[in-house]
Order: sequence, then C-alpha cells, then structure tokens
Amino acid sequence: MASQAQTWQASSPGRKVPFWQSRRAAGTTRLTFTYLALGIGGIFVSIPFLWMLSTSLKNEGSVFLYPPQWIPQPLQPQNYAQALTVLPFALFFRNTLITTLTPLVGALFSCSIVAYSFARLRWPGRDIWFLVVLSTLMLPDQVTMIPKFILFRNLDWINTFYPLIVPPFFAVGAFNVFLLRQFFMTISTETDDAAKIDGAGVLTIYWRILLPLSKPALAAVAVFIFKAHWDDFLGPLIYLHSQGMFTLALGLRAFQGEYGTDWNLLMAASLVVMLPVLLLFFFLQRYFIQGIVFTGVKG
Amino acid sequence: MALAGTAVRSTVRTRYSRLARREAMWGFLCASPWFFGFFVFTAGPMLASIVLSLTRWDLLSAPRFVGFQNYKTLLSGDTSVWHSLEVTTYYALLAVPLHTAFGLFLAILLNQKIRFQRFVRTVYYLPSVVSGVAVALLWQWIFSPDFGLLNTLLSYVGIKGPAWLADGRTVIPAFVIMSLWGVGASMIIYLAGLQGIPTELYEAAQMDGASTLRQFWTVTVPMLSPVIFFNVIMGIIGALQIFTQAYVMTAGGPHDASLFFMLYLYQNAFEYFKMGYASALAWILFFYIMALTLLVIRSSAVWVYYEGRTRGR
Repeated sequence: MASQAQTWQASSPGRKVPFWQSRRAAGTTRLTFTYLALGIGGIFVSIPFLWMLSTSLKNEGSVFLYPPQWIPQPLQPQNYAQALTVLPFALFFRNTLITTLTPLVGALFSCSIVAYSFARLRWPGRDIWFLVVLSTLMLPDQVTMIPKFILFRNLDWINTFYPLIVPPFFAVGAFNVFLLRQFFMTISTETDDAAKIDGAGVLTIYWRILLPLSKPALAAVAVFIFKAHWDDFLGPLIYLHSQGMFTLALGLRAFQGEYGTDWNLLMAASLVVMLPVLLLFFFLQRYFIQGIVFTGVKG
Repeated sequence: MALAGTAVRSTVRTRYSRLARREAMWGFLCASPWFFGFFVFTAGPMLASIVLSLTRWDLLSAPRFVGFQNYKTLLSGDTSVWHSLEVTTYYALLAVPLHTAFGLFLAILLNQKIRFQRFVRTVYYLPSVVSGVAVALLWQWIFSPDFGLLNTLLSYVGIKGPAWLADGRTVIPAFVIMSLWGVGASMIIYLAGLQGIPTELYEAAQMDGASTLRQFWTVTVPMLSPVIFFNVIMGIIGALQIFTQAYVMTAGGPHDASLFFMLYLYQNAFEYFKMGYASALAWILFFYIMALTLLVIRSSAVWVYYEGRTRGR
C-alpha cells in the first residue's frame, strides 16, 4: 500500500503533502478496507448456501469426505427426487399452501379494513382502542398460546387447519394493522372528499381509492404474512398431529427424525422448502425491503 | 329573523350529527373484525391464562384451583426455570449487542459509493429472508463436529474446532453464530437510517477536523440512536422467545445447556401436559420481557437522541 502510494505521489509533482497523508489516500485506504471487509464477509454469508447446494448433490459416501469436495463427484441430482418422495412432500406442500395462502387473504382483507377504520373514519373511542392495538404488539404470543389451544380443543379443531387459518381473518396481526394504518395516514384525504361529494360510500372509498393507492404497503404486509406462515413451526407443531396434515416445516422435522444423518437428502429437502421464500424475495425485493425499513425506521 | 336563524342552525346540526353517526357506525363496522379477534383471541385468552396459572390441570381430569402454588414452585422449587432463564438471557446478551455491532458496521460499509452495491446488499440480506426448520437443519449440518462446514474451515487455518452443538460450553455461542447469519435484516434498517442523516452534519464535522472515528461517535451514533433503540428492543423480545432452532437442533441438550425458556414452556404444556404450570411460566416470561424492555427504555433517556427535543433528564 505504502509503496504504491509513493509511486503515485512521485508521478504527481508539485504536492506539498505526501500522498499517504492526503485526503485521497485516506479515501483509497478506506475503500480498500471496505471492499476487503465486504468481500470476506460476503464469502462467509453466502458459503452456507453453496455448502447446502453442494451437499444436496453428493452421494452418501462423499458427504463424509475430508477434505470435502465442493463440486460433488459424482453429481447426484436424483437426491432431490428421492428426498421428496420418501415422505409425501407433495401433500405437505399442498397443506402448506393452505395454511399460508388462506391466512394471507384473510389477513390482508381484515387488517386493511381495520386499518382503514382507524386511519380514516371517526368514531367514539377510536384513539383509545388504537392504543389497545399498539399494546397487543407488546404482548408475546406465548401468554395466549395455552388458552387458545384449550379453546380450539373445545371446538374440536385439533388436527385441523382451522386454528392456523381462522384467526388471521380477525386482524390478529396488530403489527400489520399498525403498518397499514400508518401508510393510510400518509395518503391525502382530498381524493376521499372528492369521491364523497360524488356520492361514494365508505366501502367504495376503501376499495376503489385507498387500496389501489396502497399497493406497496399491501405488498410488504403480504410478504411478511407469507413468510411468517410458510416458516411457522410452533403453530403446526401444536395443532397438527397426523402426518397427512403436516406442513413442510413439520415434514422436514419428521424427515430429520427418520433420515437423521443422510445430510445429502436432508439438504435437498431443506433447499426445496426454502426456495419459494427465496423466489418471492427476488421478485418482490423492493417491497420486502420497504416494509422492513418502514417498520424499523418510522415504526 | 332570530327564529329562522335557529331553525337553519338546528337542521344543519341534525344533518351533521346524522352523518357523524353514520360514519361512527361504519367505523365500528370496519373495525369489528379486530374487536372480535381481540376479545376472542387476545383479551379472553389473557384472562383465561391468569386463571389457568392458578390451577393444576392435565387436560384429562377437571382443573383444580391451587392458588399461587405454581408461582411458588417455579420461583423456589424448580431449578430448571432459573436455569432456562439464565440460558435465554446469556443468548440474548451475546446476540443482541453482536447484531447491533455487525448490523451497524455492515450498513456503514454499504453506505459508501461502491461497485455492485445492489448485488452486495442482496448477498448480505438473503440469509435473513429464510428461517424456520430448513435453516435449523442447514446449521445443524454446518456445526457437525467432524464433517461440518465450520470445523472444516477452521481446520484450513489449523484450528481444531469444538463439537459445537454437542458441547455445553459452545452450544449457546453456536446459536448466536447461526443468528448472526441473518444480520442482514438489521443491516437494511440501519442502512435506511444512515441515508436519513443530513450530509451537512458530516461536512460540518469534517470542517472542524473530526476524524472518521470521531464522526462516527459524534454524528452517526446520536443521529441513528432512535433506530438502534427500536432494534435493540425488538432484538431482545425476539431473542427471549427463541424456540424452533433449539427444538429442532438440540432439543435443549446437551444436559439442558440449550434449554431455552420457550422450550421449557413448550415441554411443560405439550409434553407433560401441565397447563396451569405452563401458563404461570408464560406470565413469568412476559414479565421478564417487560422488565428488560423497560430497562432499555429507561436507559434510552441517556443515549437516545431525538431531533427537536432538548437533551436532559
């Protein structure tokens, strides 16, 4: 670094300050450090994914080789077929779609209309109730977990999808209500007023004006809900008991129980389970990050 | 004249109040899903949980009222409670500061004008997108003592790695390392916070001859402190509720070294079917989270800087 700096200085005569003390040198050192740190860090964070992919394509023998082969010899893509057929992963996939997409629809509708009420309509006690919404944000789920289990048990809902898919229809995600309400507050009421003069009712304004203007916020909330339900483990663990009802998360866990050290198969199945969320992230990256930032900085 | 005036005013008022009533009705109607959800899935269960925590109930026979017996047991008789609180706190004490430090560090690096900025951000952010059982299985394999990735990498530089998940001394640090893989989530938030800091502040600091490090402590940290504050609180709440990883990877072992509080609560409720006792445990966790959160909020008067608010206590 120093010798390079000196030659640079030699080629630019007429400077009083030696290069390594100049502002440009400080900038170069800083950039070099930045690239170096980000490069090393980048390798560390991406290597688990590569390791996972590599393991998932190995045969049983080469999984336990030292030093490990990064590019498997022989390549064994049929691991994926095997991993996904020893247990009924197609069924788990279907179940997960049910326990993910139903809450997604329910939560989007219920949270947005509730948020609309808190943001736009005037009714007695509204602001006090909104404080209650905020306070439920602080309440950790485990306090209500056991009574809810007993409630659903009394309804005979154990080993059905209902405990997982019914509550989202009642805006239980206080966080989503909060996020949407904050977003609705940023939309000017002028359009509402104009529509009101044209005779638009409360629901028309919600459906025709507010929702179309809130697509970014709705997308962010949708991504959160999708991820939360796709990855949920404790909920299905408590409520779904027979293998025919398992979600992918429970299926993976069962798979681990039966094929404990077949890491090639386990990694193949895990990768497939991760894939939808990864794809969703790639397509909706902007909304994903917007939502996170919105909650973190403005929340 | 006067009579006509009152008549006009009163019709205006009745029309207004009719509109207001209509709006209030719609307001309640639109909020009604939340009201129902709140009473049935939050407030009701909360009250039920208080009552349950005063009973002994195995779901088979009728619940028996035992007063504060559960709380007495867990505060004095059950050493696992204290042990699991200790384990969970140890994890949070390691994970939360490290997440803050690494998240902030990465955000500052990525906030500079560098090539492939979007790509690099995606690389760092990607791991925080995935979670759950799949990630737990991946890391269980990474931590595998003989053929796992981590010890392989360590062996390249001549270090013989520990048994990680199988060793009581390294199991909690292992969970922390795993959680740090997802540091991209805090990084993104800090990055957005950094972009909100006016550049004039840095220019002024540079004019005064402040070094990079000094600028960090006198400009970046104070301006970012509300964001750090929010993330620390969310981080604590999240860390104290860790469950899935522990359930899948270690089941609390070795020798209860990773018996996180939520894991112990789950075992009591759904493996030993002690519904009353588990409810009492849930309340203990609730108060513990509240206490730590309040502690951070209290301390925030000293270190969190809000623009437009004069400093002082």
